[in-house]
Amino acid sequence: MNIWRDIKGTIQPFWITLRNMFRPTVTIQYPEQRAEISPRYRGRLILTRDPDGQERCVACHLCSAACPVDCISMQATEGEDGRRYAAWFRINFSRCIFCGLCTEACPTLAIQVTGDFELANRNPLETVWEKEELLVDHCGQEPDYNFYRHAGIGVVAGRGENPGEDKPVDVRDLMP
Amino acid sequence: MPEWLLITLLILAKLGLVFFVLLTLAAYLVLAERKILGRMQLRPGPNRVGPFGLMQPLADVIKLLTKEDFIPDQADKWLFMLAPGLAAVTALLTFAVVPFGPPLTLFGHEVPLVVCDLNIGVLFFLGLSSLAVYGMTLGGWASNSKYALLGAIRGLSQLISYELSMGLALVPVVMLARSFSLNDIVMAQADVPFALVNPLAFLIFLISIVAESKRIPFDLPEAENELVAGFHTEYSGMRFGLFFVGEYINLIILGSMLTVFFLGGWMGPFLPGIVWFSIKVLLVCFFFIWVRGTLPRLRYDQLMHFGWKILLPLSLLNVILTGAFLLWRQG
Amino acid sequence: MATYIFYILGIIAVVATAMAITRRNPVHSIIYLVNSFFALAMLFYLLGAPLVAAWEVIIYAGAIMVLFLFIIMMLELSPGERADRQGPGPLQWLPVLLLGAALIGCTLLLLKLDPAGSQNIPTWYASPRDFGYVLFHEYALAIEIVSFQLLFAAVGAFYVGRAGGRKEAGGIK
Ligand code: SF4
Ligand code: SF4
Repeated sequence: MNIWRDIKGTIQPFWITLRNMFRPTVTIQYPEQRAEISPRYRGRLILTRDPDGQERCVACHLCSAACPVDCISMQATEGEDGRRYAAWFRINFSRCIFCGLCTEACPTLAIQVTGDFELANRNPLETVWEKEELLVDHCGQEPDYNFYRHAGIGVVAGRGENPGEDKPVDVRDLMP
Repeated sequence: MPEWLLITLLILAKLGLVFFVLLTLAAYLVLAERKILGRMQLRPGPNRVGPFGLMQPLADVIKLLTKEDFIPDQADKWLFMLAPGLAAVTALLTFAVVPFGPPLTLFGHEVPLVVCDLNIGVLFFLGLSSLAVYGMTLGGWASNSKYALLGAIRGLSQLISYELSMGLALVPVVMLARSFSLNDIVMAQADVPFALVNPLAFLIFLISIVAESKRIPFDLPEAENELVAGFHTEYSGMRFGLFFVGEYINLIILGSMLTVFFLGGWMGPFLPGIVWFSIKVLLVCFFFIWVRGTLPRLRYDQLMHFGWKILLPLSLLNVILTGAFLLWRQG
Repeated sequence: MATYIFYILGIIAVVATAMAITRRNPVHSIIYLVNSFFALAMLFYLLGAPLVAAWEVIIYAGAIMVLFLFIIMMLELSPGERADRQGPGPLQWLPVLLLGAALIGCTLLLLKLDPAGSQNIPTWYASPRDFGYVLFHEYALAIEIVSFQLLFAAVGAFYVGRAGGRKEAGGIK
């Protein structure tokens, strides 16, 4: 009969909650204990450098366009050799939702996520990070990728003519 | 020492003791509830303030006292200020008639362990619990906010609906004990607690007091995810604290009422009466918390259907059955 | 002593009732009326009828006035829209506070006195048992008639509510 099912359905959860009371808790006592963060965790953003030690970011605004909450802003400029870079680059971390869409949009793999999540701050203005704070001295998760090696700068000098630059790939050639 | 001075002092001492114990108990019940609910959800609950979080109630009181006491602009100021006090006072006053132990002998006097043994104790309890509606309702109305008003209206109709079956569930108890005095009711359960004599009344009373305490699964007056916080949405600081403490005092009161009416009060083997009483009340309180950790909230129409179409007829039937049984046993 | 309490309670009841019918805000009237019911309940207690006193509180203050309050809350009379908003706030509330304080004082005095053994108003003390006996023996017929009336009322209310509900639900859809 239906009523027996109802009564059973009312009693059963009591047993489950009682049993749960005597099982170990799963809480991590945060400041003392720390959670193990997965390598693919999406935390604070960084701007990485290429293997040559130069800034990867070419100030193409793609990350800023991809960002759903519009928290990235920058000013593009060009160096002597025609290499584009950001004059200033700003991420407002009180707006960022750590979705990682900017890293997917970035053609140069300059902007990357890290495992850092401790961004809490008493002064909201201090959660706006400038380029100096965002820029790091390593290549992040892609140690070999060098955008300009593939693409060339090719504005002032011809393609593949800059010092230390490979020849451009001939797309009609069948050889690799 | 003159006689009357001694008696007055004893009454004052009893009052002070009951007041102090009740408030402390209510504060720690909050902690216990948070701890137990936490364990049921596989988390430890508050454990930062003091060892095992034992100082948490103190921290909460400090927090509540230092918060801004906010009064909405369009509110009915005086009623708004009066309502939380009303809620807490009606809860506290009920404890005056609860007998929490067998009579003690102090200084050659027989001291009954009850603040005031009224011969209509049951009615006193029912009267005060029906007045408890006012604190909530006036608070909700005076806030001049739609959520508070909705919460108050819901609470009002819920409380008067369930008060009926609660009162009717007590009628068999009074019939069995042949007295309105809570002391006599406890005395009448010396052999068998009424919960075993009349399990139906026990069940009805249990369900009604859960509804009366406005807790899950009957917490519609303050349903967080529909009404923000229901009738106390606009309250802050210690005024909110009074509502909050009043709710937990109410929990203890209802627990002790269940103990007195159905679980045999301070009757029990081996241990002194007051210990038995505390154990039973705390067990009932644990049951309340357990229910909160287990059941979901009812829908409003389900609540009303259950109250009027199931509980009320059942309790009426129970009154008739108990009367018939008593008549039959008398011959 | 009991006589004084009697008069004080009587004055409270009369004044509170007068306030109740002169307030413009219905919720305030209800509070004064509840106050007056309390005074009445204490009077009953003083006159040796604790059962009636309890019922006065449970039924009148606890149920009927609550239903009134319920209806008034349904009328969408928010406290901000009340007519006498400019009126002196504290002054308006002074009476109810005074009446309440006097009531509490009287209650405390009363609890100290034994209603049956006091000097001036030594009437009959009706224990719940006596009360029930008289009610269900001498007035059994009256009780039956009243309960039948209540039954009719309940059945009528049920019928009206049911038919109305159906028609309206059908009409809207
Ligand atoms: S992680 Fe998402 S929200 Fe944050 S900056 Fe990148 S795109 Fe914007
Ligand atoms: S971080 Fe990447 S996407 Fe954003 S401006 Fe620089 S290169 Fe373009």
